[in-house]
Amino acid sequence: MRTPSGNRVYGIGAEYPSAASLYEAAKRVRDAGFKRWDVHSPFPIHGMDDAMGLGKSWLSAAVLIGGCTGLLTAALLTFGPSWFIYPLVVHGKPIDWKTVPAFFPIMFELTVLFSAFTAFFAMLIMNGLPRWYHPIFNWDRFSRATNDGFFLVIEARDPRFTEGEAQQLLEQSGGRHITVVHED
Amino acid sequence: MNGATTTVPDVIRGEASSLVEKPLSRVPLVLNKRNFSWITERITGVIEGPAPRWWWVSFAVSSMVAAFGLFCLSYQISTGVGTWGLNHPVGWAWDITNFVFWIGIGHAGTLISAILFLLRQKWRTSINRAAEAMTLFAVICAAIFPGVHVGRVWMAWFMAPLPNNYGIWPNFRSPLLWDVFAVSTYFSVSVLFWYTGLIPDLATLRDRATSKIKKLLYGIFAVGWRGSNRNWRHYEMAYLLLAGLSTPLVLSVHSVVSFDFATSVIPTWHSTIFPPYFVAGAIFGGFAMVLTLLIPARAIYKLHDVITPQHVDKMAKIILLTGSIVSYAYAMEFFVAWYSGNQYEKYAFYNRILGTYWWYWWVGMLFCNFLAPQLFWFKRFRFNVYVVYFVCMCVNAGMWFERFIIIVGGLHRDFLPSSWGMFHPTWVDIWTFVGTFGIFLSLFLLFIRFLPMIAMSEVKIVLPEADPHHASPGEHHVVAAGGKERP
Repeated sequence: MRTPSGNRVYGIGAEYPSAASLYEAAKRVRDAGFKRWDVHSPFPIHGMDDAMGLGKSWLSAAVLIGGCTGLLTAALLTFGPSWFIYPLVVHGKPIDWKTVPAFFPIMFELTVLFSAFTAFFAMLIMNGLPRWYHPIFNWDRFSRATNDGFFLVIEARDPRFTEGEAQQLLEQSGGRHITVVHED
Repeated sequence: MNGATTTVPDVIRGEASSLVEKPLSRVPLVLNKRNFSWITERITGVIEGPAPRWWWVSFAVSSMVAAFGLFCLSYQISTGVGTWGLNHPVGWAWDITNFVFWIGIGHAGTLISAILFLLRQKWRTSINRAAEAMTLFAVICAAIFPGVHVGRVWMAWFMAPLPNNYGIWPNFRSPLLWDVFAVSTYFSVSVLFWYTGLIPDLATLRDRATSKIKKLLYGIFAVGWRGSNRNWRHYEMAYLLLAGLSTPLVLSVHSVVSFDFATSVIPTWHSTIFPPYFVAGAIFGGFAMVLTLLIPARAIYKLHDVITPQHVDKMAKIILLTGSIVSYAYAMEFFVAWYSGNQYEKYAFYNRILGTYWWYWWVGMLFCNFLAPQLFWFKRFRFNVYVVYFVCMCVNAGMWFERFIIIVGGLHRDFLPSSWGMFHPTWVDIWTFVGTFGIFLSLFLLFIRFLPMIAMSEVKIVLPEADPHHASPGEHHVVAAGGKERP
């Protein structure tokens, strides 16, 4: 879709005066059946995931896998050299299952280390970040999204999107400064 | 799925919340009803304004001290550990004392950012950013000492889990190796946690930046954050998981540090009480350092509405709590020494209070760590910043003395009276330690100059209007001039 001036349309956005009004608007957009839309706020709004019809983030599953990898790495790192490659007898202590607790600190630390890196990078990957260009930044009011602005944007590629319907929905839900955001 | 909530009329919700709020009214976490924009302006104003003169003076002094500390380190590395006052039997002295001191200070930052987050202590939002930064800088200072105390620094890679030239691997059952894993994991996870928290605030700075270079740099580090709820969903999960991972981590780090001592056979070191004793002491000393940094920062940048007397009060209570745990551990050590009937253990503790280092115990452990925090039983003193500052200074000093007493006090009276000795620091010992304060303060000054020292996006959450069910009286809106708005 293009505007009369020939720019491709990214979507249509509106600004809301408060977190509460954005929350109510999100519920209406969700109930209208839109799929490709998002809200932008300077802080996470409690309950917004439900208001948008989003489930629980599955990032925790990725972190579980990362943690298991860390534990396994630590197991290989401690048992491998200490039992197989070069068994080291220190203070005449035995090398058997009874000494395994001495490996626990390293297993714990590497589990945490791998989990934390997974949490960080999985968060970036799942959010499509880093991404230094985004059409939404073409909207000059949008810089307030990191200050005190509350925005809702319905993307043009949503199958239900028509400019008239989207604009009407945003107006009815209390949106202001309704703006067509250009792709480029 | 949640159609029920949408049908509740606003009027009823408003009444219900006013009924609930009255009996439970609390002191607000941000005073004077400041709004979102005020928080952004005030906190970014610290960075966007020109650097004040005190900042240049403090930075000049602290970086010179840091530079002299680095000179002492290079002198020690090029000449040898003989430049320190180490001897037989005192083979660990200021180096390891400083290591334990600095690593302990870091713990308060992680406690605030992780444990208080899991416990839903919303007051943490005003102090967590600066406390986490303090953690990182303290761990940097700490990491210097185990690296250089090995003597031949170029052999420090022996600490890494790699085989040496004879194919021998390090001993994975050694607490010293656990320490390497614990400290490096702690630093890495703290950096990730801190940076994750910074991303939304870096986006704020990016959107406000006026010069091209600032826009570029803040833009790169903000990774294109645009406050989208689809992003917040994963972000909040990542933050929660990092908090959950850091919670056992912070308890483990000082436990592992304490194992360095507890698994040895030296009287006063060989003690099962050490892990909880060290962790409590770390949090105790760390909170004192958080207050040491934040009370002046708050006064200089007039952040009293964000870091309120309530925050200082709560931190003072944590100092009192952890100080009591530490004092209990001190008492328990004496009890066990007496109850064990072991003559070496008994002598070591007799030596602690009446031996050659007697005044370290009386001043450091008894006065600074046990008596001074007792003032915090009284509300009047917790709300008096001068008293709070005095106690924090006592605790800062006391915790250094405590580590010195444990390390040198344990070593200088060996099992053989013929090898008994004393430790005397050299100027290199002293200035390396002073130099780490220069490094710490220089890094902290750079931090408050270039990064938001208060987590804006998190403080905004604790404002009442951040609640999606908050009924706002008369929503005002200013229409900006220009723009691509529709008619």
